[in-house]
Amino acid sequence: MLIAGITVGSIYALIALGFVVIHNVTGVINFAQGEFAMLGALVAITLSEKTMLFNRSVSVRLEWPLPLAIAVAALLVAGVGMALYRFAIRPANTRSVIVQIIITIGAAIALRGAALIVWGTDPHRLPNFTNGAPIKIGQAVMTQQDLWMVGTALVLLVLLYLFFQRTLIGKALRACAINRTAARLMGINVNTMTFLAFALSAGIGALAGIVIAPKTFISYDSGAFLGLKGFVAAAVGGLENETSAVIGGLALGLLETLAAGLLSSGYKDAIAFIALFIILFLQASGIWRRGGGSRDAAGV
Amino acid sequence: MFILVALVLAVLPLILRNNYQVSVLVFIGIFTILTVGLSLLMGYAGQVSLGHAVFYGMGGYGAGILVLRAGLPAWAAIPCAAMITGLIAYVIGIPLLRLKGNYLAMATLGLNIIFFLIATNETALTGGPNGLQGYGKLTIGPLIFKSDRQFYYLVWTVALVVLALSLNIVNSRVGRALRAIHGSEVAAETLGVDTARFKVQVLVLSAIYASLAGSLYAFWIGIVSPGDFSVNFSTELVVMVAIGGLASVWGAIFGAAAVIMLTELLRNFLPRLLGSTSGELQIVTFGVILMLIMIFLPEGLTSGIVNRLRARSMRRQENKT
Repeated sequence: MLIAGITVGSIYALIALGFVVIHNVTGVINFAQGEFAMLGALVAITLSEKTMLFNRSVSVRLEWPLPLAIAVAALLVAGVGMALYRFAIRPANTRSVIVQIIITIGAAIALRGAALIVWGTDPHRLPNFTNGAPIKIGQAVMTQQDLWMVGTALVLLVLLYLFFQRTLIGKALRACAINRTAARLMGINVNTMTFLAFALSAGIGALAGIVIAPKTFISYDSGAFLGLKGFVAAAVGGLENETSAVIGGLALGLLETLAAGLLSSGYKDAIAFIALFIILFLQASGIWRRGGGSRDAAGV
Repeated sequence: MFILVALVLAVLPLILRNNYQVSVLVFIGIFTILTVGLSLLMGYAGQVSLGHAVFYGMGGYGAGILVLRAGLPAWAAIPCAAMITGLIAYVIGIPLLRLKGNYLAMATLGLNIIFFLIATNETALTGGPNGLQGYGKLTIGPLIFKSDRQFYYLVWTVALVVLALSLNIVNSRVGRALRAIHGSEVAAETLGVDTARFKVQVLVLSAIYASLAGSLYAFWIGIVSPGDFSVNFSTELVVMVAIGGLASVWGAIFGAAAVIMLTELLRNFLPRLLGSTSGELQIVTFGVILMLIMIFLPEGLTSGIVNRLRARSMRRQENKT
């Protein structure tokens, strides 16, 4: 049970990271974050498996090797992320939170609808990355796919950490997150960095969707719930801190699997939101908030 | 303006021969009640709600539960449901509206999902996924509301009362206070506006509107199910308010009418055009329209175009002189 929680939690953590990366650099909460995961999974499935598209009128049989399909899918979705910034967020050029929210919601609806047209309502699934005997860890049993999920999350986290802490571009991104104007004055191209943030966030989201695809069926509307739970995880750290987003994701995964035994299964999805309310109210009342001025507190 | 609209609305069903057209107008009336309330909350007070379907659902289910499980007559059940919804909105609103911007949006979204789960799972109370039915006839004194035309007059009477009330609020001291909150909460607070109280009051008012709309819808259709009150419905409401112009009571009616007519149009024409029968393209179109309006006319279609025209004519006059 502990392992089931960590497995799901690592997916939430990845999606939460996507939220944090975009929010840090632009201050925008991307409500289409879950749609990146859905798109990534569906594209990867189409590239590697035989799939019926457009109301079952077109049959695609590319059957690319899985690693290639995954890489192409992640890059493609990263492109979608950049397009979202270029054609929707940047032209709006607004700091009004309501307008930003409605734009990304519009993007989410449009992406979901586009997926519906292309892939229909059928749920799709990837085969397991590797087939083999489940691995025993003490008393618990872990399937190889679980291992892939946790492993992918872990590797991505380490890579991201190194990227943000050790590379020049990563440091420039962090500078943009702290203060855009100051970053620009230091000669950092903020515009390029924002493109990068959107691409990075969309790519991570796509990978999250891909690694979960062998475990659950993915259909055009799978993104909404993944996105919401990712947000709950990101909200734990006030949407600003990568590390707490990851901890939030794991905690949420554990909480869900543990509480699922206590509550009737119909309410499993409610747990995340009850947790969200508790966290948000604690934050609003100042019990949770760490010192220092946050972006929101600055009244932007 | 108001009297003119009321007159047109009173005469309209006499001209229309087609029952389908009347039923579309009933829908527009129900959505007008909803969007006017949401426009007060989002446009004037600046508080995002992605869960307005919750209050709509409380009206729909509440009236039904009061009639079926508590034996109340229909005319009493509707205001009772509205009062209960208002009370719940007040209790939820006090902690909820302390949240701001993105957090508030997600919290209301979460609320909507929890409501959906309760409606689906509490079968004894709500009828579960199959929905709640058996609303019976709606009678108020000697008046019986059964046909589309009868509902038309009932719904639009309520809508006009809601509209008149909201226009008065917007042009009063409260309305100015709300716009101040939208402008800057801190500034409003320093000028002596009790921001927390005003925000909760607007939430309660718009919740009561939504509840009334939900009850009317339930009695008209005769059945409600959880799917009627999903997050999608809430986003559709936001689309309507955004199209009409966030801070515009008249725009709210326009937005409701525009979206419903567009939906009906797409439903009738797209299948002929593309041969697909489901509402898939409708969804994409919605999303794209929403993005385009927010990017290019963030004040909404009505106020956006009016403002541009005004600016253009002013420029022209300057050029002349």
